[in-house]
Amino acid sequence: MESRNQIKDHWHEQRLFTRRIIACAIIAVILTGTVISRLVILQLINADYYAAQSQGNRIRIQPLPPTRGLIYDRNNKILAENTPSYQLEITPEQVPDLEDTLTRLKDADLIKAENMAQVRSLIANKRRFDSIPILQRMSDEDVAHFAVLRPYFPGVEIRARLTRYYPYGNVAAHALGYVSGINSADQESLNPAAYAGTSYIGKVSLERSYEAELLGEVGHQDTLVNVHGRMMQILNTELSVPGQDLILSLDVEAQLAAEDALQGRRGAVVAIDPNNGEILVFASAPSFNPNNFISGLSREDFHALQTNVNQPLFNRALRGKYPPGSTIKPMLALTALEENIIIADKAKICRGYFTLPGRTHRYRDWKPAGHGKTNLHDAIAQSCDTYFYELANDTGIDIISSGLQSFGLGSKTGIDISPEGNGLVPSREWKRKNFSSHEDQIWFPGETIITGIGQGYMLTTPLQLAHATAAIAARGTRYRPSLVKGIRDSVSGGIAIRQTKELPPVKAKPEYWDEIISAMEGVMNDPKGTAHFAAQGAPWRIAGKSGTAQVFSVGQDDSYDAEELAERMRDHALFIAFAPVEEPRIAVAVIVENGGSGSGVAAPIARKVLDVYLTEPELGASL
Amino acid sequence: MIGNSNNPSTRHSIGGYLLHKAHIDPPLLLGIMVAIFLGGFVLYSASGTDQALLFRQFARLGIAFLAMIIIAQINVAWMRRAAPWLYVVGLITLILVLMSGETGGGAQRWLDIGVRFQPSELMKLAVPGMLAWLLHDRALPPSAGLIFGMLILIAAPVAMIGLQPDLGTAILIALTGATVIFLAGIGMRFLITGAVAIMLALPAMWYFFMHDYQKQRVLTLLDPETDPLGAGYHIIQSKIAIGSGGTFGKGWLNGSQGQLEFLPERSTDFIFAVIGEEFGFIGAITLLFLYLLIVARGFYIAAVAQDTFSRLLAGSISFTFFFYVFVNTAMVTGLLPVVGVPLPLVSAGGTSLVTLLAGFGILMSIQTHRKLLPR
Repeated sequence: MESRNQIKDHWHEQRLFTRRIIACAIIAVILTGTVISRLVILQLINADYYAAQSQGNRIRIQPLPPTRGLIYDRNNKILAENTPSYQLEITPEQVPDLEDTLTRLKDADLIKAENMAQVRSLIANKRRFDSIPILQRMSDEDVAHFAVLRPYFPGVEIRARLTRYYPYGNVAAHALGYVSGINSADQESLNPAAYAGTSYIGKVSLERSYEAELLGEVGHQDTLVNVHGRMMQILNTELSVPGQDLILSLDVEAQLAAEDALQGRRGAVVAIDPNNGEILVFASAPSFNPNNFISGLSREDFHALQTNVNQPLFNRALRGKYPPGSTIKPMLALTALEENIIIADKAKICRGYFTLPGRTHRYRDWKPAGHGKTNLHDAIAQSCDTYFYELANDTGIDIISSGLQSFGLGSKTGIDISPEGNGLVPSREWKRKNFSSHEDQIWFPGETIITGIGQGYMLTTPLQLAHATAAIAARGTRYRPSLVKGIRDSVSGGIAIRQTKELPPVKAKPEYWDEIISAMEGVMNDPKGTAHFAAQGAPWRIAGKSGTAQVFSVGQDDSYDAEELAERMRDHALFIAFAPVEEPRIAVAVIVENGGSGSGVAAPIARKVLDVYLTEPELGASL
Repeated sequence: MIGNSNNPSTRHSIGGYLLHKAHIDPPLLLGIMVAIFLGGFVLYSASGTDQALLFRQFARLGIAFLAMIIIAQINVAWMRRAAPWLYVVGLITLILVLMSGETGGGAQRWLDIGVRFQPSELMKLAVPGMLAWLLHDRALPPSAGLIFGMLILIAAPVAMIGLQPDLGTAILIALTGATVIFLAGIGMRFLITGAVAIMLALPAMWYFFMHDYQKQRVLTLLDPETDPLGAGYHIIQSKIAIGSGGTFGKGWLNGSQGQLEFLPERSTDFIFAVIGEEFGFIGAITLLFLYLLIVARGFYIAAVAQDTFSRLLAGSISFTFFFYVFVNTAMVTGLLPVVGVPLPLVSAGGTSLVTLLAGFGILMSIQTHRKLLPR
């Protein structure tokens, strides 16, 4: 800033500035010169060539949109297809008076009054020479009605197009997602040429994450038209290439069983094949009908879906975060065994509560009278809280959180749809980073105690819980979960099998795995096992674990009465299970929001899913 | 018309005297009026004789003209004092837009304050204003430290506008700022360093910052036939329209490419192709020449301006106007990739019309508020 003190030399500056202005002028003249020389080439030298192109006949290029790839379940049942339907399309450039045309279409009952704003914004977002669908899935009556009116509507035409159809409706909607009209936000990032003639784009879940595979490649037809725009001859046709088909690992029968069992509730069921991470069931309730999004929901309907207290659009299986409750006890036990903190056969005394040394606060067991002398097997089978309070206290939060994290809890599993929820496994470091006041940043011993029964800060998604259950079933081997099993090329018919990806395993001695799996079998088979009635008559050996997670905390001296609580205050019911124990083929996690008891509500749902999947003949031959 | 003296002592007509009193610069006004008048005919043809569109365009022009005349009344000294504040206001509103902007056409550019207000438009004038203010009482050419400071003042709004994302406007504002620095007389050393830096930055832009669709546009420019459905369609059709116009054109309302709707966006960004088709080579270069006259008058005003602030501001406004013309015509003739830049004073719509004429208002103010110095 020393220049401020220098004496300004006005004459020198004026001269310098004038020279610079002259330089700018020279640049301007040179650049204009390049444009003019371009014009010389186009208009003087090559004028005849371009005149020939423009005179007489000329070329009109029409896009041939590709057919979107289909989606199948693991048994070749079709989950998403394309069905022919008639739609009304408008080409704004060819319409003499757009506003008048729209008003008359509304008067003819072809556009609903409430959809007018939507149609206008659709037209505003498209190019004027694009053919824009304004009414999809026209009924036969509408088609006949418009056929009569057609001469009065230049620029508006009925076209037969393929539109997306989900034959199972609500089923697996949260896994499939849906396609819907391309909006201005989509327009920003997509390549307009690839979407020429295509009016849909995948919006959520699989339809979105596999958009590139499903879309296909656009073709075009070049036709000669005369000066009046009439087609004279087809010059060149480059056919479109249909999109690739997705073959999912989902089993639609098991999916149906899960969704049926969740009917009328809020919750999620996720089932995974422990041998490869393939997702067999991916249910989130309540669900929605993706078919409604295709013809464009009215603003009111969409608003109703968004503001529904039960949040049908919320993907609970992928993003719902729930305290896992007692379902994490087998994982905690394994961690403590591996660290030599507990010995399986050494019993602890359960008096119905646990207190920290020198403190009076009672951490209560779900069974007020206590379980008495309890070894590890019984502690898991009967879900003794006191045992795990003590175990957690002896283990300490550092080992607990690294142990639970090794099962993939509290972090994204890397499933092939997004956006996945994170969940949370608390640790000292997490608390230090996420609390502002100094006294809150300290990890308290009491927080370790309640982590021992999956309460407190801990949160998991149903997907993470199913993934962790599969890791138990596979004795530590973990695979990245995926919904897509294979991608079929629509031209060659060849199927590219998606590679399974192994994740860092959970390491523990074989006898420790035996111990906790046997205890989980005890949950189902022991006379006092928490879920023994849910296993009655099962033709295969099931290992499971119930969980009942408090949504709000009960005061020290209050007694808990589910009946008196508002439904939303009731406990979440959870259950994890896998079967058959000797050679696991399916691991499942069930969460029922405010369901009450894990063993009473969630366990029967898990049982239904296991039964349906394991009863089916082992197909998979489709791949 | 360009260099004629505006000194009242040599002015003869009463009308000229009144215009001077109203702070209107007659040559600039004439140039603008002729461009708009010719543009109106072209627009009428390009829109498929849509009178409603023409009326809307003239209504917009009326508002923009009003803004120009009001701004022309403001003494440059006031503008100089206001310049840093405008810049600060612009920067704050840009931050607000990034945080909570209403999405208009997919990108966040608008801020709703009763009327829809686009801070990036304000920045087109506030950035050169700020830089000119910074330099106005300093010795020129500026020191290296000052140049660095100015680059930061340019980079901040440019980065935020680029994030909206509005790459076209961001580049334009960067160029406006760069023009001020160039006009301030920085040495060859800096110019060469800057040119080399830009050369090095281009491949980095390509690999790290450009979206696929933006890369596609550049590739399409090199070989339009590869993308006949996307940007290639525009260029192919636009070249046919211009080329088939020949020397004298097909005549008003007779351009088959435009009239038969082969040419997309013909009343907005691609209107120059309609001019080329209907009025031929003669019509196209006449318009280009007219633009050059307007720019030349702007440069003249800058050259005879009496203080550093006025010179720098007038010079950069004039050069930016030229750049608009160049980018649009180069794009329509297939010399540059398709970026959404309208042809100033002729293309229909364009939120930037008010900014454009406000810029001319500043030029007029600079020219008509000159103190009478003894010669």
